[in-house]
Amino acid sequence: MNKKDIIICRCEDVTLEEIHQLLEQGYTNIEELKRLLRVGMGPCQGTTCMQLIQREVSKFLNIPIEEVKTQKVRPLTMGVKLNAIKEGASDES
Amino acid sequence: MILNRDLVIIGAGPSGLCAAKMAAESGQKVLLIDRNPQLGGQLIKQTHMFFGSEKQYAKTRGIDIAKKLIDDVKNYPDLIEIWDNATVLGLYPDKVLTVLLGETYRKVQAQAIIVATGASEKVLAFENNDLPGIYGAGAVQTLMNVYGVKPGEKIVMVGSGNIGLIVSYQLMQAGVKVLAVIEAAPVIGGYKVHASKLQRLGVDIITSCTIKKALGQDKVESIITTRLNEKWEEIPGTEQEYDVDAVCIAVGLSPLTNLLAMLGCELKYISELGGLVPVLTNDYETTIEGVYACGDASSIEEASSAMVEGYIAGLTASKKLGKVHPDYDDLILDFRKQLEVLRSGPFGEKIRKGLAKLEGVRVGC
Repeated sequence: MNKKDIIICRCEDVTLEEIHQLLEQGYTNIEELKRLLRVGMGPCQGTTCMQLIQREVSKFLNIPIEEVKTQKVRPLTMGVKLNAIKEGASDES
Repeated sequence: MILNRDLVIIGAGPSGLCAAKMAAESGQKVLLIDRNPQLGGQLIKQTHMFFGSEKQYAKTRGIDIAKKLIDDVKNYPDLIEIWDNATVLGLYPDKVLTVLLGETYRKVQAQAIIVATGASEKVLAFENNDLPGIYGAGAVQTLMNVYGVKPGEKIVMVGSGNIGLIVSYQLMQAGVKVLAVIEAAPVIGGYKVHASKLQRLGVDIITSCTIKKALGQDKVESIITTRLNEKWEEIPGTEQEYDVDAVCIAVGLSPLTNLLAMLGCELKYISELGGLVPVLTNDYETTIEGVYACGDASSIEEASSAMVEGYIAGLTASKKLGKVHPDYDDLILDFRKQLEVLRSGPFGEKIRKGLAKLEGVRVGC
């Protein structure tokens, strides 16, 4: 199996190899993986990759997938032009 | 400027449309938001006829159900305001929503919110899984049935649930060669009628088999599959190569709960229901008062269940805001019974098991 050709987070182009390397180094928390690799921070905001990452963490720690905590979800759900936000707030004091 | 709206429904698929209808019947004003230019959610690409009972439009094609549900909603122009092409960007604990309506950024203060955002497709990790030509089943259905575009000429379907089986059949109707349907589990996932239809047309459905890798330079040119033993481990020497120009991945859905998570609703991982799902009361209210969830956003089931859940959430959310449907008690009773019927039988077993687990969490907290 060639882990560097298996894409886990397609928005940020993160491979299974990179995930496994960090797991080996002890980064077994999804928030840590997110900060180090940007997984789940692209346009889909983790909708695609989070379940795959959960499964890798669960296999690595040998715990049920239910116990692998997922990322904190924050606004916004997609990219927005700053100008749209500026104009949307223009009539607010 | 913050716009004030009493009840905001996010998502105008089967569940959201039904919720809007029941709210309007209760006399409740609604703002219905959908990110697509066309209402109807997944129904607009479902060219097959539905099963179930007459009440959920059995024997009607998904696309025609969408038309009916949209007509229902458009019957109440004074009560139901529709924003299409509108994506909810953020949900905040004081029930403020930020929305991108076309190119315009809007803020809405709601009194109650129904989240009916549906689901997203699960993906698989295999070598070269980012090659062009590897699609999710939903994308294939959109390409073919909404835009009339063939995804390829020779395809292998990964996953034999109802979506995998139905999309395989629709691919064949479009003149695409389906070389095989492969399924990692030892049994076919979907209904036998759908599977038999494919088998009669000469399509092999291979169980205990998964995709090992995709090959190709600039796009997928072939794939290698492998058989799996009872421990789901690859059996060496069972690899098979298929020359394809497209692969369709249909390995299930997970609830789209990002807005609920953002708001701080309690979520629980229940694999039978598709992954992280909101903890709900019998009235489909989440752990945050006045915030409701229904349809695939609350647990992965058939569109028929999503519609009925939508009806219930529409009734209960309106009641919370002081608008009680004249037939509230009878309707609630009837809808709950309909759900029970839809979830009975062997195919409802997984759902029943998942809901029982969720019930355990709810009672415990």
